[in-house]
Amino acid sequence: MVGAACALYATRAGLEVAVVDRGPVAGGTTGGGEGNLLVSDKGPGPELDLALLSGRLWSELAEEFGGSVEYEAKGGVVVATSPGGLAALERFADEQRAAGVVTEPVEADRLYDLEPHLAPGLPGAVHYPQDCQVMPALAAAHLIRASGARLLTGQTVTDVLRTPDGAVRGVRTDQGDIHAPAVVNAAGTWGSELAALAGVALPVLPRRGFVLVTEPLPRMVRHKVYAADYVADVASDSAALQTSPVVEGTAAGPILIGASRERVGFDRTFSLPVVRALASGATRLFPFLADVRATRAYLGFRPYLPDHLPAIGPDPRVPGLHHACGHEGAGIGLATGTGQLIAQALTARTPDLDLTPFRPDRFTEEAA
Amino acid sequence: MTEPGSPGALPHLAVIGAGPAGLAATLAAAAQGVHVTLLDAAAEAGGQFYRQPASALRARRPRALHHEWRTWERLRDGLRAHVRAGTVRHLSDHHVWFVERHENGLTVHALLGPEQEEPAEVRADAVLLATGGYEKVLPFPGWTLPGVVSAGGAQAMLKGGLVVSGRTAVVAGTGPLLLPVATGLAAAGMEVAALVESAGPRAFLRRTRTLAAQPGKIAEGARYAARLARHRVPTLVGHTVVEAHGAERGAAGGAAGGTEPGTERGIERGTEPGTERGIERGTERLEAVTVAALDAEGRVRAGTERRIPCDTLAVGHGMLPHTDLADTLGCRLEGPHVRVDDEQRTDVPGVWAAGETTGIGGSDLSLAEGHIAGRSVAARLHGSAPDPRAWARAARTRTRLRAFFAALDSVYAPPAHWSEQVTDDTVVCRCEEVTGGAIRQAVTELGAGDLRTVKLLTRAGMGWCQGRVCSPAVAGLAGCEPTPVRRPFARPVPLGVLARAGEREEED
Repeated sequence: MVGAACALYATRAGLEVAVVDRGPVAGGTTGGGEGNLLVSDKGPGPELDLALLSGRLWSELAEEFGGSVEYEAKGGVVVATSPGGLAALERFADEQRAAGVVTEPVEADRLYDLEPHLAPGLPGAVHYPQDCQVMPALAAAHLIRASGARLLTGQTVTDVLRTPDGAVRGVRTDQGDIHAPAVVNAAGTWGSELAALAGVALPVLPRRGFVLVTEPLPRMVRHKVYAADYVADVASDSAALQTSPVVEGTAAGPILIGASRERVGFDRTFSLPVVRALASGATRLFPFLADVRATRAYLGFRPYLPDHLPAIGPDPRVPGLHHACGHEGAGIGLATGTGQLIAQALTARTPDLDLTPFRPDRFTEEAA
Repeated sequence: MTEPGSPGALPHLAVIGAGPAGLAATLAAAAQGVHVTLLDAAAEAGGQFYRQPASALRARRPRALHHEWRTWERLRDGLRAHVRAGTVRHLSDHHVWFVERHENGLTVHALLGPEQEEPAEVRADAVLLATGGYEKVLPFPGWTLPGVVSAGGAQAMLKGGLVVSGRTAVVAGTGPLLLPVATGLAAAGMEVAALVESAGPRAFLRRTRTLAAQPGKIAEGARYAARLARHRVPTLVGHTVVEAHGAERGAAGGAAGGTEPGTERGIERGTEPGTERGIERGTERLEAVTVAALDAEGRVRAGTERRIPCDTLAVGHGMLPHTDLADTLGCRLEGPHVRVDDEQRTDVPGVWAAGETTGIGGSDLSLAEGHIAGRSVAARLHGSAPDPRAWARAARTRTRLRAFFAALDSVYAPPAHWSEQVTDDTVVCRCEEVTGGAIRQAVTELGAGDLRTVKLLTRAGMGWCQGRVCSPAVAGLAGCEPTPVRRPFARPVPLGVLARAGEREEED
């Protein structure tokens, strides 16, 4: 998804672009994602700024692509499960509001107007109208098509070509060389491997997540609904399994249930305990779901960097090399802003955001 | 042999599927001092092959529909004796959705039918997957019309003692199943206007030697040929159905509500749930099919089309193995089926597989594989390596029939260019109502080149049946490999059950 957005904004900035992927379109984490475009789970800081920029760009794209990417400006509802939790949630929302997020506290008696099927007795919530949703695989495919970039799927990059003075001059693939003065590393969870081919370290690691999918239903869940604990889990550094219910309906009918987080490498083994925890959390939020059938589950590997911020922009260690990876679970949402920033960097324009917090070489000091 | 009521003292095998393979394994293992729990989705043992009429129907001569009735009686009586002795527990109406592996054993998770809302869990030391196969049906214009049923569905209706609607049938597709379906429909009083087999006579000639090495099978084929002749069923080899035509209801023969494809879906719930959703429910109904001859390349020969009036079309293109439970357990697959060793062991410790799930080969092969698996499980659970001489006869049968079915497989094939007949407005994925045009667009315009990407971009295969029905068709249209689709749940499971799975103790 990030690569698709980079391709779109780069071609619109007048560049000629080739998109190379060893798999198909959306074959990595994009195809295993939910399509969250969230501001609600982000506290003030550079990631929130990027999310707000991305949200504006997504709404522009939504006008252009219409329903083909299943964009929905549905809004998010973050539910507190205890009075203490509500107080903490409202403090968090106050900080977000100061940073430019639209937040609307929801009293207990109004909560069920927003989401009639929520479990009874919840103390309150915060409504985030800027939270949106998109179908990630469709979005990636349509953005690439609209970009007009050359799409080279099923081609594996085996090396990053460099000039004698160290600048990139293209990539070598298993099907030939592609020459270009700039290379954008949008390899997501596998971004560290591509960086290594260019001779630099970028500590992107996988954080596994499962998503449960139900049978199609008429719209029973109107917003993206999750428990306030989710915010703490997203920001957590723990390797152990965490699950916090995130429940949402989709345009196509099924309800998607996330979100689990665990650091288990690239293990694709299905885990009953994880999906059991997801089902349990979701049925606590929405009791009607107990009788709804799960038809499938899928998993993906979020690309995370140690400080939970992506790497965006030129790599000072290798002239011509740019990074656009490590967005953890927010890559779909942050893709548009990232693509825009990369296109600005590639064409030497002033970026919309300060790229300093996203510097790709920010980890080297620690590593050394 | 064993004391009833104290199964805890014996090693415990859970057998999933009570068809020929599962039954043979159950009897072989139980005879060797293993406590067996036999789980099956149906109300009665027998599987698809020995499908029994519901006892309430009190069928007069169910044996008329089964060959090898004596084999079935032996299995049935053996099962009854073991159940009485307490060595085998038969759990009918148990729909297995997941098998979980622990450090010391496995848990089989099932839903109790027919509602499939209440859970049941069985702990065991070993599991045998005898989950059988399901029918492959490729799409063509009009295949979703009421009156079009799967060949296997038609046979299930016949064996289940149900009346098949309509007066005139065409049986079409490819594979050995078409013969008994055509003769069965004719024996049930329908006029069978044609048996349309896409394999050509030359394909059979190429394999004469392997096929002729099976005297029993030749005799079986001859019996069907004689029956076809007796019922005056015209057989068109090297032909295919290119389109099914509908007419407003009432125009083409009466149709009793209970015998429409809906009835078939009711029976097949679990094996082919895909047909439950997204069916075109207009007032149209099948009134004729157009068939045409195929050329040597498997393309429709222009000018050979002709229309055959009928109100029922039974269509099938062979069988595919059920491998969902095995795949989720991590068992290695080989092509579409589960890979096993000479003892029928998968590469996952504690998990055996037998019957169609390890390769399509009919009931005799399933019986042989089940027997070997049961003996192997018994020896291994008692802590010893089995002696293959104990199953030498079954092993010979297995070798012979695997060769035979490999040859059959190369003979019976859908027309090489079947997908050219699928128009852009033909619904290919019935659950999600995805058309042939949408799939082609995903490939040509959006860059999809594999089954998973086509699914992500079109929703084909994302619905109730999880692509069991449409995956071969989607792969054919997209021009990619029909790679096995991962389905973590072998059937849809209520979230309330999932939320508690593994938390409660085993039920009795």
